[in-house]
Amino acid sequence: MDGIEKSFPGVKALKGVRLTLHAGEVLAVVGENGAGKSTLIKTLAGVHRPDAGTMMLDGQPVSFASPHEAQQAGIAVIYQEFNLVPALSARENIFLGHERARFGVPDRRAERAEAQRLFERMKVQIDPDAPVRSLSVAQQQVVEIAKALSLGARLLVMDEPTATLTPGEVDRLLAIIRDLQRDGIGIIYISHRLEEVFAVADRVMVMRDGEHIDTLPRQGLDRERLIEMMVGRSLEQEFPKARHAIGAPRLEVRGLTRRGVVEDVSLTLRRGEVLGLTGLVGAGRTELARLLFGADPADAGEIRLDGRPLALRSPRDAIAAGISLLTEDRKAQGLVLMLSARENFALPNLSHWSRRGFIRQQVERARFAHYIESLKIKLSHQDQTVRNLSGGNQQKVLIARWLEANADVVIFDEPTRGIDVGAKYEIYLLINELAAAGKAILMISSELPEVLGMSDRILVMHEGRISGEITDVAHATQEQILALAVGREDKAEKVEG
Amino acid sequence: MLPRLSSPPNRTRIQQAVSQFFSNYGMLLVLLLLCTYYAVVTLEEQNPRGADAAEALLDDLTARVPAGGTVLIATKANEEDRVFAAALAEGLRAAGYTPAGPVEGTPQDLRQALEAVAAQGRPIAAIATTRDNAAIVRNLQRQVTSLAETPVLTPASYRWPTFLRADNIRNVANQIVVIAIIAVGMTMVIITAGIDLSVGSLIALSAVVAAYLIQAMGGTEAGTGAMLLASAAAILLCGLVGLFSGFVITRFRVPPFIATLGVMQIASGLAYIISEGKSISAIPDGYVWLGRGADLFSLPNAVVLMILIYAGAHVLMTRTTLGRYIYAVGGNEEAARLSGIRVHAVLVFVYVVAGLLAGLGGIVQASQLKSGAPTYGLMYELYVIAAVVIGGTSLFGGEGKILGTLIGAFIIAVIQNGMNLTGVESYTQKVVLGFVILGAVLLDMLKKRGLR
Repeated sequence: MDGIEKSFPGVKALKGVRLTLHAGEVLAVVGENGAGKSTLIKTLAGVHRPDAGTMMLDGQPVSFASPHEAQQAGIAVIYQEFNLVPALSARENIFLGHERARFGVPDRRAERAEAQRLFERMKVQIDPDAPVRSLSVAQQQVVEIAKALSLGARLLVMDEPTATLTPGEVDRLLAIIRDLQRDGIGIIYISHRLEEVFAVADRVMVMRDGEHIDTLPRQGLDRERLIEMMVGRSLEQEFPKARHAIGAPRLEVRGLTRRGVVEDVSLTLRRGEVLGLTGLVGAGRTELARLLFGADPADAGEIRLDGRPLALRSPRDAIAAGISLLTEDRKAQGLVLMLSARENFALPNLSHWSRRGFIRQQVERARFAHYIESLKIKLSHQDQTVRNLSGGNQQKVLIARWLEANADVVIFDEPTRGIDVGAKYEIYLLINELAAAGKAILMISSELPEVLGMSDRILVMHEGRISGEITDVAHATQEQILALAVGREDKAEKVEG
Repeated sequence: MLPRLSSPPNRTRIQQAVSQFFSNYGMLLVLLLLCTYYAVVTLEEQNPRGADAAEALLDDLTARVPAGGTVLIATKANEEDRVFAAALAEGLRAAGYTPAGPVEGTPQDLRQALEAVAAQGRPIAAIATTRDNAAIVRNLQRQVTSLAETPVLTPASYRWPTFLRADNIRNVANQIVVIAIIAVGMTMVIITAGIDLSVGSLIALSAVVAAYLIQAMGGTEAGTGAMLLASAAAILLCGLVGLFSGFVITRFRVPPFIATLGVMQIASGLAYIISEGKSISAIPDGYVWLGRGADLFSLPNAVVLMILIYAGAHVLMTRTTLGRYIYAVGGNEEAARLSGIRVHAVLVFVYVVAGLLAGLGGIVQASQLKSGAPTYGLMYELYVIAAVVIGGTSLFGGEGKILGTLIGAFIIAVIQNGMNLTGVESYTQKVVLGFVILGAVLLDMLKKRGLR
């Protein structure tokens, strides 16, 4: 049998982790951020060298001094950020570093044919000569997989492969994984999304604090049990939705348009309400949020706050009017990574504790200390560089920032993306608290269980427009939302077909 | 058991503060090491000069010559020796002696003067002179019989590093003051992830405009008000040039490197047009007050100005909202905008400050040289950027310290001065300075990699 075994007892940041993968098997690795998943992969890929422990490949002990050696041995890793050259074509990327060359000149025809074969094997249609830049994220991922296969990979590691894919693309990726599995390739699949883990894994390995908690077959494993193992304690429920009295309209939007991305959107957001907004990637959700926050100019439409029309020329105007936006991309749009946690927290709020342009640092420290305690932000000191915090704690710093801004309308764009289960739960509780305090909350999310679990009402967007509204959230289903998300016409076709 | 003086949390806090200090100002250590090195290699016999020499001689003289005697002062005919003679005469009178002379000039002059004194028949208790002049005086003394036995006293010499002499340190400070002042503005610009290449040309423009205006308002006869007005106008003009750079960068999204490269050419060209390519030196003597004067505790006025600017900029960057915004804009422009910061206003501000300070640098330069020429400030932008980078500011933006830049500027000045003192030729100096800049950047990279 083509068995592959690896064990790492006593690796730094990994405390005696043991991992076994058989050929043609999909092993899902789950755990909270900081559980040691990344370290484990990097050790496997030859980026880190283990301090102790042994690795066996096909029964032979192996040790990799570099990622290149691991690659030679048939181990390929597809990281969240792809290793592709955007300006080069799909074919050139696949064969980069191991060109099919004749007399030192790459044989384009042979490479093209082989690329075609690889794409057909995965049942996708990609032009091998298209520049990678012009491909979608899902297509780029396929190019990465093709690259791994062209190198003769027998063990494929995928780190959060679906984080930026649409639901349809996720299904296609999972199909590709099953095909590869049939061809005898072993796959290690790392994901925060438990639905996918249940859909694709043969066995599930749980890690926590660098330790191997358990590896169990998927059969007989349920969601609650898995979460408990990941968090190390039981959560009463995944979505602690609380219902509040919903009050008067706070934010009213009529005919809001930004050509090409948001078309004629109207919505009403009430006090104490959590309005879920979902749709496929590219449906215009984030773009809508940016319009409501004044980050981009609108071409047409009207925004009213408490009945008064608002002219938003910049985020500055929105903040002054009492609107906050927790952005989708923490690192690119939320944080200034080289500044301290405290400075990041303070950024839009400096006027609260400055006098004639001078910052009263005592007050600033006291305010931040208050949020560190109430939000349970884990940091060694207030001046710790925010870059060095975990994803969940970075998100909490940003939430503290907007809580301090004390806005009446809070827009959360993907508030739990890339955050571990424990921190997610705390963020849900916070959303409840804000709603209870009479704030109006717009929660944008791609995770349908989250949208269904936390919203009072749900809006679905498709191609820049609101394609549907769900008021009876308690009885709504994911399928119902998906049908709206892919657009009414598609839905009609489906019904006919 | 020894008593515990500090509790452990306190101690770790101190350790933390110390390590924080060195990670922020590690270059200070480099500067101190450089100073120590040059102090050691330039340690040599020093002859006191001027008033210091008079003081040193007076101590020796009162111990050896009985009070009330007449002391003849003999010196060479130069400014320094005249100061020496005047200070000594005053000191002698105060101590109850009778100063005679001073006699000064070439050996022939001295001989005639000595003979004249001898002819008067007054008893001379001692002859006081400088070390440089001592051999000549002793030689002449033997030829004048009545003075042959009179002791010749000179100020005692002492061992001291040339590098650490007060006049050398003043020299270092004066050399770097223009670059250091401009580097404050450049630090702010670089913290916003920008660059300003126009500062060197602005030195020339400012100096030329100020000199031109003074010339127009009376030339060497111009009054203080005219000089102030001309200087203020030149600085303001440079501020407007900075405003223009900032506008081009924010409004049209031109990369700062390109925008200020263009402005650099424009400003330099304007300086040549206004001055018609010549140096303008019809300026009153009083104009050197800023560049050469030293009114406060014998600190040069320009250095006092520099210290004030650094103190102000340090407070701005560490204590004010505007300073915080400058860091935030440089660290992540989009995040800053989404936090309600007026990003464009902040960027324009830093380019205006850079322009104003470059203009001020030009005025200091014009004051030091008592003229304005379009050739001033050539390549200064590179020294200014080097000072900022050596001071630990990241060219990627978001990180940097104003006081680090001051240290960076002094590292450059000390290396240049030290190489001058030890006789390293100027071409070699360039090579060394280039390696210092590369070394500073590498050190910064290593430090960051070590932390992560």
